[in-house]
Amino acid sequence: MDVMPKWAEVILVPLISLLLAAILSAIVILAIGENPWDALKLMVDGALGSTYGWGYTLYYATNFIFTGLAVAIAFHARMFNIGGEGQAVLGGLGVALVCLYIPFPHWSLALIAASVGAALFGAAWAFIPAILQAKRGSHIVITTIMFNFIAAALLNYLLVGALKPAGSMEPATGKFPESTNLPSFQDMFSFGEATLFRGAPANISFFVAVAACIALWALIWRTRLGYEIRAFGHSESAAKYAGISPTKIIVISMLISGGLAGMMAINNVQGEAERLVLNAVEGAGFIGIAVALMGRSHPLGVFLAAILFGFLYQGGAELALWTSIPRELIIVIQALVILFTGALDNMVRGPLERLFLLRRQPPKPDRKSTSAEGAN
Amino acid sequence: MDLITLLQLLDSTLRLATPLLLACLAGLFSERAGIFDIGLEGKMLAAAFLSAAVAYATGNVWVGLLAGIFASLLLSAIHGLASITFRGNQLISGVAINFLAAGLTVVIAQSWFAQGGRTPQLSGAGRFNPITLPGADALRDVPILGPIYYELISGHTIIVYMALLIVPLTAWVLFSTRFGLRLRAVGENPAAVDTAGVSVVGMRFAAVAICGVLCGIAGAYLATALQAGFTKDMSAGRGYIALAALIFAKWRPVYCLWACLLFGFLQAIALRSDLIERVLQFNIQSQLLDALPYILTVVILAGFVGKAVPPRAGGEPYVKER
Repeated sequence: MDVMPKWAEVILVPLISLLLAAILSAIVILAIGENPWDALKLMVDGALGSTYGWGYTLYYATNFIFTGLAVAIAFHARMFNIGGEGQAVLGGLGVALVCLYIPFPHWSLALIAASVGAALFGAAWAFIPAILQAKRGSHIVITTIMFNFIAAALLNYLLVGALKPAGSMEPATGKFPESTNLPSFQDMFSFGEATLFRGAPANISFFVAVAACIALWALIWRTRLGYEIRAFGHSESAAKYAGISPTKIIVISMLISGGLAGMMAINNVQGEAERLVLNAVEGAGFIGIAVALMGRSHPLGVFLAAILFGFLYQGGAELALWTSIPRELIIVIQALVILFTGALDNMVRGPLERLFLLRRQPPKPDRKSTSAEGAN
Repeated sequence: MDLITLLQLLDSTLRLATPLLLACLAGLFSERAGIFDIGLEGKMLAAAFLSAAVAYATGNVWVGLLAGIFASLLLSAIHGLASITFRGNQLISGVAINFLAAGLTVVIAQSWFAQGGRTPQLSGAGRFNPITLPGADALRDVPILGPIYYELISGHTIIVYMALLIVPLTAWVLFSTRFGLRLRAVGENPAAVDTAGVSVVGMRFAAVAICGVLCGIAGAYLATALQAGFTKDMSAGRGYIALAALIFAKWRPVYCLWACLLFGFLQAIALRSDLIERVLQFNIQSQLLDALPYILTVVILAGFVGKAVPPRAGGEPYVKER
């Protein structure tokens, strides 16, 4: 069946896709009259050259780990959850309600309660598309897109109405109480004279994200539920035959997915902004798609891809600051990564497979290229 | 509410429904041929940018329109390459195209015009201007019919009339020509079409190309008729509303017209919140009006108001031999 060794499938294909995206991005940078090499150096310097830069890179990466894991777990059940954006918006709402209306003696309790609130709200937003897919066959991609827009309208409605403090003109909630504020990397990693991560927004929720990676890995590969999810993703009919309920798997995997997307809010809403504003998610729900594709839906891959995109986001902000390259270049890179890893992956895989076939001695006649079946 | 206000509302409904309608019909061709396309939004956006840029540079809106169609076709070609030639995931390809357009338009606009990701204002021959239909001024004072003709029917840009004509044209092509029969068959049962000796790949590429042309016109309309120039993210979710309208219309051309008019009407009244308050005596939140197309689509998709059944082979790459 497998033409290529596993390492080629897992490492080589994403890397070549990334390389293609990088080459095309370099051409775009050249075309607008800037030097790609200088741009790359500026990005590396700005995102990784100081603890301040790392503080931003890891902050963005935390968002992307959550949304990337959300898309990844849905991929395992062969669902395409494009609604991470809306689920993260609702997660923000959950965090805001918990932080604003429950008095907490200590941030650690606030973090636990806010995580639960964020996950519950995000999961609830994923539940309706999931149950419609499972029971009525409504295409989950379309319903989750629609739910993104409905979430945006809902948040807009609440932030200009019920949640806005009296007398404020800005569509945002009031500041969360001090006791809910999470420790930032600056608070955690400054020893004596040395202040590291000064002013950067990375905070303790990065470690929650890492824990979520490990927990999801254990769930997918070490539990009965994870086995059922993967079995369902490989073949719905086989799973059904083995007594696995499709409704249960669709709903549970989407609840986990929505919960993870919602949990992003403990980073951006509770950790960074410390209040809920409009458009707090800033497209991170969609970047989760690129991260999950790039990371091959494996928690470790998602973690690495999230760091990469965190680097791109922070580096892109630096580029916009120092050169004439606008920040939107990052969206182009993100689009190219999604295109090459998610839609054109057979274009990358085909030649690679032929290469590996050539190296095989002697080539077995019945082993034909299965690239067509590799389409996900 | 008096007649004139109502007519103004319907007039703006028609103007706002036009890009939705064009994009919706674009999606209709693509999805009827079995290629899901959630990249309508991106194609419109790319077309809006290039049409405005070229219309500004040449001062000729028709050249701009062609450039817009070209931009949209280019993205269609990528979508075709990914989803037909390389049998990739059509949904992911569509997502990528939306982001590609959202990013590239701003990057290029900034590089060409240095105005913060927008094109300069268009004027005169650089835009599609309203056409006064013959006799509109003369008939204006005829009671009832006069204002209807003058306010509602006359005074739109040529693209609005084109879009309305494309609806029966689409219905005719899809349901009364050999090409249309084959196109629909490719979306329902590509193996049968293949057996009959018709190229599945060719038919699907044709459908994706038609989709590109229509999205191109829709995008050009946004930047050169509805507004005077390109601004960042100006398609503002219209591609997704068109997608919603397509499902609402259950993949049928004439229903597409009604669905787009309905969603256009919702957009039009969202702009006139004063009217709602005056007529209904209470205020509807504009956010509810914004969300209504999406909520309606979910209800339709859930099958509570008649079942929306997509083309059977939609989203499936065609593999000749199993």
